Amino acid sequence: MNIELVLFGVFAVMTLLSAGMVITARSPINSAMALVSTFFFLAGIYVLLWAHTVAAIQVLVYAGAIMVLFLFVIMLLNLGDAPHRGKPSATRLLGGASALGLLAVLAVTLGRMNAQPAQLDAKGQAAFGTLASIGETIYTTWLLPFEAVSLLLLVAMVGAVVVAKSRI
Amino acid sequence: MVPITYYLLLAAALFCMGMFGVLVRTNALVVFMCVELMLNAVNLTFLAFARMHGEGTGHVSAFFVIAVAAAEAAIGLAIVIAVFRSRGSVNVDDIRTMKH
Repeated sequence: MNIELVLFGVFAVMTLLSAGMVITARSPINSAMALVSTFFFLAGIYVLLWAHTVAAIQVLVYAGAIMVLFLFVIMLLNLGDAPHRGKPSATRLLGGASALGLLAVLAVTLGRMNAQPAQLDAKGQAAFGTLASIGETIYTTWLLPFEAVSLLLLVAMVGAVVVAKSRI
Repeated sequence: MVPITYYLLLAAALFCMGMFGVLVRTNALVVFMCVELMLNAVNLTFLAFARMHGEGTGHVSAFFVIAVAAAEAAIGLAIVIAVFRSRGSVNVDDIRTMKH
């Protein structure tokens, strides 16, 4: 039995279970905690794809910063459990059905694909997904998009303060 | 080695679960969390294809997606706070001023 396949299976099942808890939990706090565990298991999957740097950023930025922001807002608004509502509307049923339909289409299409990971030599394997190689790509080829993203973050920061603050 | 197809199938399942949540849940905060799920599914696809072709540009894209997701979360949660302040609810069914 291949250890990589076993790890992938464990991480994939746990990711899907946690994601299921995100969308089914009644309390937003439970959803947020399930989302944190989804991010951690996804980071494991990223490591299996040799994306160590992105896995680290995933844990630091997603499971750390973004989820703290979510929990902060949930606790600030002090929301309780979702009230039991009557029958879901036809639009919601249609929306859920369309998501399932998309999954079926994607599964059939991707199932026909036979994609295998690239065979890399020892040198390429050592450089793949490292901070050095990603940094080199970002600061040479993708320098302008990188600066645009930093500007976007600045705008988002100012926008968040302006929108959320009642009086400036 | 795990075939890349498995990773793509996992990403597809994750994306559809996120889409299901966005379309079915009524709490605006949970809707945002489901959007994050969808963004993560996209990241997983980028990384899977990067591994398939053996080159790192997909990692850069995933990095940008994470940055944009952070900006989206900050703005989105600020809007949720502003809506809650003016209406006392974060239920997406109650926010329908712009309808019709």
